[in-house]
Amino acid sequence: MVMDNEAAMKAPVSFYGEEGRFKGIFSWIFSTNHKRIGIMYLVAILTFFSIGVILGILMRINLISPGKFISERTYNSLFTIHGVIQIFLFIIPGIPASLGNFFLPILIGSRDVAFPRINLMSWWFYMIGGAIVILSIFTGGGAPDTGWTFYAPYSIRTTANVSLALVGVIFLGFSSIFTGLNFITTIHRLRAPGMTFFRMPLFCWSLYATAWTQVLATPVLAITLLLIILERAFAIGFFEPTLGGDPILYEHMFWIYSHPAVYIMILPAMGIVTEIFPVFAKRTIFGYKAIAFSSLSIAFFGYLVWGHHMFTSGMSDTARVIFSLITFMVAVPTGVKVFNWIATLYKGSIQLDSPLIYSLTFIFLFSIAGLSGLIIGTLSLNLYLHGTYFIVGHFHYTMFGGAGFGFFAGLHYWYPKMTGRMYNEKTAKIAWLTIFIGFNILYFTMFILGLEGMPRRYFQYQPQFRTNHIISTVGSWILAAGLILMFGNFIRSLFRGEKAPMNPWGGKTLEWTIPSPPPAENFEKIPVIEHGPYKYE
Amino acid sequence: MFIPEASNSALKVDSTFTSILIIEVILLAIVTSAMVFFVVRYNIRRKQKPENIEGSMFLEIVWTVIPTLLVLVMFYLGWKSFDIIRRVPKEVMTIGVTARQWSWLFSYENGKQSNVLRVPMGQPVKMLLTSADVLHSFYIPAFRIKEDCVPRMQTYMWFTAEEEGTYDIFCTEYCGLGHSGMLSKVIVMPEKEFAAWYGRAEEKVEKPAGQKILEEKGCLGCHTTDGTRKIGPTFKGLYGSKVTVLTNGKERVITADEKYIKRSVTDPGADIVKGYPNIMPKLPVTNEELEQIVEYLETLK
Repeated sequence: MVMDNEAAMKAPVSFYGEEGRFKGIFSWIFSTNHKRIGIMYLVAILTFFSIGVILGILMRINLISPGKFISERTYNSLFTIHGVIQIFLFIIPGIPASLGNFFLPILIGSRDVAFPRINLMSWWFYMIGGAIVILSIFTGGGAPDTGWTFYAPYSIRTTANVSLALVGVIFLGFSSIFTGLNFITTIHRLRAPGMTFFRMPLFCWSLYATAWTQVLATPVLAITLLLIILERAFAIGFFEPTLGGDPILYEHMFWIYSHPAVYIMILPAMGIVTEIFPVFAKRTIFGYKAIAFSSLSIAFFGYLVWGHHMFTSGMSDTARVIFSLITFMVAVPTGVKVFNWIATLYKGSIQLDSPLIYSLTFIFLFSIAGLSGLIIGTLSLNLYLHGTYFIVGHFHYTMFGGAGFGFFAGLHYWYPKMTGRMYNEKTAKIAWLTIFIGFNILYFTMFILGLEGMPRRYFQYQPQFRTNHIISTVGSWILAAGLILMFGNFIRSLFRGEKAPMNPWGGKTLEWTIPSPPPAENFEKIPVIEHGPYKYE
Repeated sequence: MFIPEASNSALKVDSTFTSILIIEVILLAIVTSAMVFFVVRYNIRRKQKPENIEGSMFLEIVWTVIPTLLVLVMFYLGWKSFDIIRRVPKEVMTIGVTARQWSWLFSYENGKQSNVLRVPMGQPVKMLLTSADVLHSFYIPAFRIKEDCVPRMQTYMWFTAEEEGTYDIFCTEYCGLGHSGMLSKVIVMPEKEFAAWYGRAEEKVEKPAGQKILEEKGCLGCHTTDGTRKIGPTFKGLYGSKVTVLTNGKERVITADEKYIKRSVTDPGADIVKGYPNIMPKLPVTNEELEQIVEYLETLK
């Protein structure tokens, strides 16, 4: 399985130097190489992430002194576009489309994904969708102002440019479906000889579970949003009560996608930290099968809990009780993962580098996210906290503290492989500390605001909430400084970083057996796999 | 707690919150301290030779079964208190709530209406909620309860207020431009005081018919009658004044006469007053009501 160093030296030029049919920028935007597509996705996703962060900071600035810097109409559009970008353009495609695209084929010993052209098309759909969403801000009746959830009947009645934004989101949905389809087929058909399902690295398992969710749940979103567009254009009466429609039906259809989408966001991040723990503890993963099956069961249960977004919607009390029960059950496989990760540290030989630090932080923040999730999954407490800042705090701990920190862990872990350079470890640690402090000041304060009764999506607020809003805003500045430091470190290291060796961390999975950055076809000779992925002596 | 516990439901919710929080803090402490302990104890400086442990069926069962039992306990705590909070007693006083962009209207059994909610202390009250336009959510933090107001549907909640005082009412379902201004208060009064207020006939001074319509339709959520600027332009001094409007994107100056005012109600997007957003919904009004509105606006010099 392990290619010796000499063979690596003789390996062909990296995929960056690959001579294709096209030159210059076209050699990227028309490339069907999974690594180039992965890098293009990564650049686009991180760009949108940065835009989303800037919008978020503007919102926090408004909340220091409502109305002084930003008008009510603008604020409502800010939180709408912030949500749409961070959810549909950053977190959902996030890990699978960038790191997944780059590493899935390598991890299973393949030269590319099953459908390279569809892979390229998915990137194009993503860019078109992103462009349409951005266009919707500046055209028509003004930027969408519905919140990222597009709840009817407000989304049908508002004069803002909702339809165009929805067209963009539908494009993004199809992009996501293509990626999912591609990954499922790739995992089924393109594993190297001897790479059984249970010899796959666990990141692949998490992408597999994610891909099924993408393929099965996303069409529901496309249909639902299409119905809103039709309703706006032709006043048909699906969701508009004055036309005989039902707004609660919309909530059901929206969350049938958007709850599983939460697992589309978090599962790949769980996959990344699962790769990182054994490498930095220099020992095998604890409970391989438990982690693999917990991914599948999270994906499965994830389908059945959408109603917990609707505990106060007017849905029947029976439905509320059932959805609450299933919601609590999702916590069990999630807990199993956490316990296995921690057990992987036991009797290891732990090297505390930034990928591991981010992974440990992931566990800590995601535990807070999960536990606060149990609080709002509790029926009676939901009546109190639904629609308040407690929810905002909870899902930022989940999405940012969970998926975001998992993503950052993966970026640090695979940066040497993707770029062929090492980043500055000391700067990475300082950046981590700044992000961690800023994050908790920004979002933990939101739990307190929520317990005090502060509703979300409020442009202005009662005086009793002021202090906490100011503390939270200061946190957002610290967080932003940390992010700038982290990305600055990455960008600087592209030019100034030391050359990365083939295997800087001592990993045992296949990507560490090929040069950094990898050659265009990954493997000169497809490896034959004889044992599991985390074989430490 | 962070805010007053002013009702029976608040007490239930808070005790559930405390029990669940205690379980969770213990769990978080175990997870975090195990993590930190391992990282320190098995640091590469202390332990050069790692041991490969593939897993343990026993442990997997332990950390599947114990958390399952724990979450079932939490679920049960939540369900039990939820059941009490949702089960309406037989003897209740019923108050209707109509939410609209962006105001609240409370209607009592004897026909009394108010923009502020007054309830008697120690007596169960059932709220029947609905909306005149989009989704809203009726939230009283001090009572720890909320329920959505859905157009063409009736939802409910109930509570017994236990502490005299005045508490915030918020809208917690985003409902458009004025969402964060859709506020009111609930005033919990001793039973006798409440009875006196409730029994008192409507104020002798008869309000103009036009003003009543503006209040009922929720117009005053955005337009004031005293000259201050809210989401929409004020009504004070409007009648007969010169207004700069945008008609199909073109700027023009017109006189706010009867025709203009009527069109602004029946087709709000036709002429948009410069400097204000085009967000006013079309409201169903009869011709008679329109006449009364114009008549009233004429008096607001």
